[in-house]
Amino acid sequence: MAADLWTALFIALLAVFTGYEVISRVPVLLHTPLMSGSNFIHGIVLVGAIVALGIATNPLEQAIGFVAVIMGAMNVTGGYVVTERILAMFDRTKRKGGPS
Amino acid sequence: MTEWIQYAIDAVYVVAVLAFVLGLKALSGPTTARRGILYAGVAMLIAVVVTFFSPGLSNFALIAIGVMIGGLAGWYWARVVQMTAMPQMVAIFNGMGGGAAAAIAAVTLLSGLTDHATAGLSAAGGVIGSISIAGSIIAFLKLQGWITSKPIVLPARQVVNTAVLVVGLGFGIFSLVQLNPLWLLPFYVLLLLYGILLTLPIGGADMPVVISLFNALTGVAVGLDGFALVNGPLGDAGYAMVIAGTLVGASGSLLTLLMARAMNRSVANVFFGAFGATEETGVAVAGQMKPIDASDAAVMMAYASQVIIVPGYGMAVAQAQQKVKELADLLETKGVTVKFGIHPVAGRMPGHMNVLLAEAGIDYGKLFDRDEINAEFPSTDVVLVIGANDVVNPAAHRAGSPLQGMPILDVDQAKNVIVIKRGQGKGFAGIENDLFYRDNCHMLYGDAQQAVGKLVSELKKA
Repeated sequence: MAADLWTALFIALLAVFTGYEVISRVPVLLHTPLMSGSNFIHGIVLVGAIVALGIATNPLEQAIGFVAVIMGAMNVTGGYVVTERILAMFDRTKRKGGPS
Repeated sequence: MTEWIQYAIDAVYVVAVLAFVLGLKALSGPTTARRGILYAGVAMLIAVVVTFFSPGLSNFALIAIGVMIGGLAGWYWARVVQMTAMPQMVAIFNGMGGGAAAAIAAVTLLSGLTDHATAGLSAAGGVIGSISIAGSIIAFLKLQGWITSKPIVLPARQVVNTAVLVVGLGFGIFSLVQLNPLWLLPFYVLLLLYGILLTLPIGGADMPVVISLFNALTGVAVGLDGFALVNGPLGDAGYAMVIAGTLVGASGSLLTLLMARAMNRSVANVFFGAFGATEETGVAVAGQMKPIDASDAAVMMAYASQVIIVPGYGMAVAQAQQKVKELADLLETKGVTVKFGIHPVAGRMPGHMNVLLAEAGIDYGKLFDRDEINAEFPSTDVVLVIGANDVVNPAAHRAGSPLQGMPILDVDQAKNVIVIKRGQGKGFAGIENDLFYRDNCHMLYGDAQQAVGKLVSELKKA
């Protein structure tokens, strides 16, 4: 196994704890935005899709890579807009009634 | 020169990952959440743009077209969709991420079946990504109502499902051992099939756990793809994927466990139990359901000092949240304290009720978790249950009930309970609700929107 993989494994371990710490004790109120927001964050898959299509050499790889890019891009923009729309509704300052 | 571009790209990835962590952290507080998604959004945009400048990439036209098609489609769809369709939107966009992860794994496997470690990691990403996209699409179809949200239980389900999974994984192992891409086709077909079979027997009310788990799974698949990429020529994008994917996998798993715990069931029971497919029989509940008409119910609430409203999926189906807001406002002008009691798994996704009530413009300061509100029920004059059933069923406290041990909202402790319900049927779990037969409980039959509408007009008269 190459050294890069070990490095990545250490990084992943730290990321597990970070992910756990960051969202423990989150109120029910924010369960949806949190899930939707993390749904957006795994949209980073688009970066991988771009690389995969970028190094594809034959038509089959290109076709699969192209589909990956489309799906990854949908994940990114869809995830962002959904989260943003939900959070806009929780925003007290922008509501007609104002803060109560 | 190329070296400097690479350094710059790496630096951007580091900043992006930092912004993801901070963004996720900010999402856990109501006042900072909006800033959080903005940080993460900007970071994502920059990370995607700089990836274009990675040395050695080709197929630029295809990449640009793909990003535009997918990006615009996702943006448009998420913009125009009704707020009530949010659970299925989260499901489908998550599925897209899982699909992308599965496709990336396929490209990696096709182009670089040379190194067993990398190939194994890619294949693992392919497995989880495939299950995630297929399962998410089924969840989407169920939530959208295009297929029934009842559990679809096929004969010999456990055996067939396990066989599909094992044979599918077998093809994957073949392709790795022989380094032969030919086996990848049946591998992917069978794993997609497994994702479908896995999700079909899960009923609508268990969707909060399902959506949350598939979200975590996509994160894991993205992380695994990242592992496979770090060994490649453009490895640094891989590190960003490892961190972001693992972050989502960990936080998503935690959320999934929270959801399952709120139902006192294990995640395995949700996925393999086909819960709600059978109805409990043989338990006779003493007493009878007492109907109440809207005018009596309205008077009861108008003279209460505190009313707690408990919404459930019935409110979402009937899109009654605006009417509920009207009702709450009217009661408040009459000097009644109005609070909302929210069960963590009410609805079809984690936090579903909070989103709908926020959409109607109800201040989130009035929404209370189960733990916060349960102590208040005994001193509350009227509890109005709108289209919720299992989450208020006192059968949860009865030994031998399928709901036994589920943490519920103890609305039966209140002085009076009014339940808005379409008919006399049972809840999703197929269990008689003892609450409806209690002396202090009154049934207001009807669609949630119409029933709450009637209450509003009666209150205006009073």
